[in-house]
Amino acid sequence: MSYLDQTLHLFPETVLAVAGTLIMVLSPTVKNARWLGRIALFALVLALFGSHVSYHHGEYMGSAFDGLVTNDAFAILFRQLFIIVAALAVLSSFDYLKREGIETGEYYALILFSVVGQGLMACSTDLVMIFIGLEISSISTYILTGYRRHDARGIEAALKYFLLGSFATGFLLYGIALVYGATGSTNLAAIRAAIPQANGPLVAMGAALMFVGMAFKVSGAPFQVWTPDVYQGAPTPVTAFMSAAPKAAAFAMFLRVFLTGLTPAAGYFWLLWGCAVLSMFVGNLGALMQSNIKRMLAYSSIAHAGYVLAAFTTRSAMGGAAAIFYLAVYSVTNVGAFLVVAHLAGKDESTVAISDYRGLGKRHPVLAACFTIFLLSLLGVPLTGGFFGKFYIVTSAVAAGLPGLAIITMINSAIGAYYYLRVVVTMYMEDAESPAATPAVPASGTLVLIFTVIGVFALGVFPTMVLEWASQAADILK
Amino acid sequence: MIPVSWYLILSAVLFVLGVAGFLIKRNVITVFMSIELMLNAVNLSFVAFGYMLGDYNAHIFVFFVMVVAAAEAAVGLAIIMLMYHNRKSLNVDDIELLKF
Repeated sequence: MSYLDQTLHLFPETVLAVAGTLIMVLSPTVKNARWLGRIALFALVLALFGSHVSYHHGEYMGSAFDGLVTNDAFAILFRQLFIIVAALAVLSSFDYLKREGIETGEYYALILFSVVGQGLMACSTDLVMIFIGLEISSISTYILTGYRRHDARGIEAALKYFLLGSFATGFLLYGIALVYGATGSTNLAAIRAAIPQANGPLVAMGAALMFVGMAFKVSGAPFQVWTPDVYQGAPTPVTAFMSAAPKAAAFAMFLRVFLTGLTPAAGYFWLLWGCAVLSMFVGNLGALMQSNIKRMLAYSSIAHAGYVLAAFTTRSAMGGAAAIFYLAVYSVTNVGAFLVVAHLAGKDESTVAISDYRGLGKRHPVLAACFTIFLLSLLGVPLTGGFFGKFYIVTSAVAAGLPGLAIITMINSAIGAYYYLRVVVTMYMEDAESPAATPAVPASGTLVLIFTVIGVFALGVFPTMVLEWASQAADILK
Repeated sequence: MIPVSWYLILSAVLFVLGVAGFLIKRNVITVFMSIELMLNAVNLSFVAFGYMLGDYNAHIFVFFVMVVAAAEAAVGLAIIMLMYHNRKSLNVDDIELLKF
């Protein structure tokens, strides 16, 4: 296979990396950064189209670069998810960055670089590449978190994210080193083949350390402490982006490493089980007590990581498919919800308390309706994507003979109802004493809302389309 | 000839020292140095395992880790600078705006 052919296996990453570099080069000369944002959007659309074509023509599927990367259904599903999330984040950043007075080209370049890293995480079948993808994605996200660099909260969030993120990276890396030492390879398939003859305790220790690193990246409890602070302090469109794309990417790597690479070392079942249950309870109980909407959604995202981990705990193809489907639903919904918050945040993010949403139903009925739809989908009400997401998770848990886990998941959904519905009640039933100004939604924001609302309903009414794809992707992992 | 296991034990000790430094130290720069110590402990493990297995891929991996550590240092120190500008302090206990 020629070098060009191999590079075309990574077409989306190549396009995005080139576009990101181009934006960095152009950024000192282009006065209006909006144009650089449009270049970023164009690159994202091109990357999406490219990965779509490669999936349907099959020419650039399969492994490349000596088995470092594999372009398969799993990689393409996740990649397209990241690209869509990034495009929605870019679209809704236009208005936000202008309001905050921080609209520069680097912002868009960093989002593209971050997606490059996430794409590599999803398609790598080698621990070295997975680690590099993770770092490309993480370092870009650290910078984006601190993008409001005159805001003390933003800097604090960036510092916490950076320190704890690098700390977790250290664990992941040590885990990789031990697994490599025990099996003599960093390739996932080779590791899987070598594990039966390998030094058991060394593999188990390596797997446990990698588990800690990855659980941190997906914000699973007890490694979730950074999540609320970072989600609250980051600029809201960045929060929207990072609650979806890097998290889904971390799950992609988690699933790939543990299901493809370390399956024979099955001792990690209770680790997964404990992490799933603890995440659900910590996330949902934490969210109950929040008065800041961003913090509330951050805790809810910990709970959602718990649901995905519950599907993961089954370690079956069905559970894998449920996890992937749930990630798709969660990403679209959460991006939509955070983007409504971004629009209503006001200058310097001054109106992000739940009480600021009083009377929104009267002030801005459309926005309130969209937000309600997102919250109901996060809650898992029928007709929205969230319903089928939870349904498949519970079914897969029961099918795998884990009824206890299924019951815990349902109890947690019920706890979730309280805080999601509380926001809906605040919007429709309470009146604001001195209502904050509600700005009109710009064209880019309208596009984002239309897309996310359609996405939530499409996944809730016709889930089979994505579910079949997810099952196909999950079969690859085995 | 020094056995490979000694290198691995040294690497584990350095890693634990890094973790302990991260958890105990209160100066952000020192905390950051502890993270670098962890990464370098892992590098030592890689080189020792690579020597043990007679596999040069491990040595390449060490270079990747160094590059990543350098990139992290660039970003991390910039963030620490900004924090100092904002807070006039490098103590992690002063990072307390965002909390439950």
